[in-house]
Amino acid sequence: MKPGTLRQILLLTDGCSNQGTDPAFMAARAHEQGITVNVIGVMENDVIDEKGMNEIQSIARSGGGASQIVYTQQLSQTVQMVTRKAMTQTIQGVINRELQQILGDSTTMEDLPPDKRGEVMEVVDELGETSKLEVLILVDTSASMKHKLEIVKDSLLDLSLSMNARQGDNQFSVFTFPGKKYDVEKLVDWTPKLEVLTKIFPKLTTGGITPTGPAIEEAVAYFNKKRSLRGLLSNDDEQYFEGSM
Amino acid sequence: MMMNNTLRDQCNLLPGSKITGKWNKNTYTIIKELGQGANGIVYLAESNNKRAALKISDNGVSIISEMNILKAFSKVQGSALGPSLLEADDWVKNKSILSFYAMEYIIGDGFLEFIHRKGPSWTGVLMLQLLTSLVSLHKQGWVFGDLKPENLIVTMPSCTIRCIDVGGTTLIGRSIKEFTEFFDRGYWGLGSRSAEPSYDLFAVAMIFINAYYPVRFSKNGDGYKQLVEMIKQKKELVPYRAFLQKALSGAYNSAEEMRSDLVEILQNQRKQPAAQTPSPQKAPVTRTRKHTKKRGRVQRRRGGLIETMLLVSIVCFLYVLYIYGQFL
Repeated sequence: MKPGTLRQILLLTDGCSNQGTDPAFMAARAHEQGITVNVIGVMENDVIDEKGMNEIQSIARSGGGASQIVYTQQLSQTVQMVTRKAMTQTIQGVINRELQQILGDSTTMEDLPPDKRGEVMEVVDELGETSKLEVLILVDTSASMKHKLEIVKDSLLDLSLSMNARQGDNQFSVFTFPGKKYDVEKLVDWTPKLEVLTKIFPKLTTGGITPTGPAIEEAVAYFNKKRSLRGLLSNDDEQYFEGSM
Repeated sequence: MMMNNTLRDQCNLLPGSKITGKWNKNTYTIIKELGQGANGIVYLAESNNKRAALKISDNGVSIISEMNILKAFSKVQGSALGPSLLEADDWVKNKSILSFYAMEYIIGDGFLEFIHRKGPSWTGVLMLQLLTSLVSLHKQGWVFGDLKPENLIVTMPSCTIRCIDVGGTTLIGRSIKEFTEFFDRGYWGLGSRSAEPSYDLFAVAMIFINAYYPVRFSKNGDGYKQLVEMIKQKKELVPYRAFLQKALSGAYNSAEEMRSDLVEILQNQRKQPAAQTPSPQKAPVTRTRKHTKKRGRVQRRRGGLIETMLLVSIVCFLYVLYIYGQFL
């Protein structure tokens, strides 16, 4: 198998959306277009209420991704773990689909004996290591996130460190919501390394509302814009479409 | 942290519970829980009157990855790296599948427990053993990755160090997937997270520091400066300073190189047990080298003396036997 491109949206938030469309719906639409949505709920001394937790889980579930709720101290490790977990999930989805084509309808990796599964797993590892990865990071900058932003920045630098150790290419971009004028604002355009964050991040202002749904919608649109631009340049832009898991 | 409670709910196995594999049909009787890793619970179990450690997880992927690594290790002869793999299988419980593998049960103390009981002066010797294992691991094309005291066991009575939990082991050239911040050079801003021998060697230096600083500290500004300062502040670590700094800054290209420097330091210590710590301004490494050469000669001379004594005593003994025989 030739490595393709893994597309992910990583949403960092600390609670519930309060404006615009249902974020889980937008996540489902993103997933339909081959983009995985991961959510990390960031707590500090506060706790995320049940409503917030449910929303975080449902966004990730309908976005075909992973979710995790953590205290800020553990954020760095979690960000890279969630990203990797979602990568593996997507690749496994692709492989399961291939297996179904070869071995018949409902065969998945779990139906293979451990030894055979081990061989398939080596392919999954290999693809995870060599695939192209595009992560669009959506950072909630509503008022309650204000004193967590420094740690969010560190964890994103850490993510770029982890992912750049892979053999495949990486592209990151960072959006914040709410923006100054619009629901969402672009902070960093596609770049393989996130070092620029060190300069930009401390200057961020925080706002009151949390338009999570519109933010995901905007992120998907941005992915599509990139794809169509690149489509003009070359036609080898292959990507993974995850089959049923 | 990432451990979900669902696994706890699903697989809270009490002593006496029985598990039968779906594929190989072996039955294991649970004796007790041994511990909980990042992605799974480890139990002591018995099958056909043999003891084994069982790692069970609802994350089938990680179990299979670890199985692959342990299989690769079993091809390395006489390796003290991971426990040896017995088998991998699935356990079907109420329609849900939990993957598990059975491995050799390694009895011993955790590294930090052992150090706590016997004193941190053991660190040098144990790290020497660890480096020997790393030499062969790296030769096979692997990097251990998540190297930390929790993943090390000192077995009794031989006091040998063994690695458990091979989940972080990575092929050289790939990226490190599992790590623990305190032992990760990326966290300290001292290198990449790509799997290369120097990644493990950094972790060895941090284990060394952890043995003398049981309470782990977090990064505060310039990582390298902070670590060097921590080394300086512990009198017992000063003899190892140049050695640790080299490992922290990634100056060792191979475990052999790091190992031979440690051998020299340890020999130097044994030679002068009461010796005060050398002044840090001078390069201790070159000095120890000189010492070793001299020491080598002394040892050889002493060895010769012992040989002569032994020969003389054997001859005497035979003579006495002969005389005794004559009397009879």
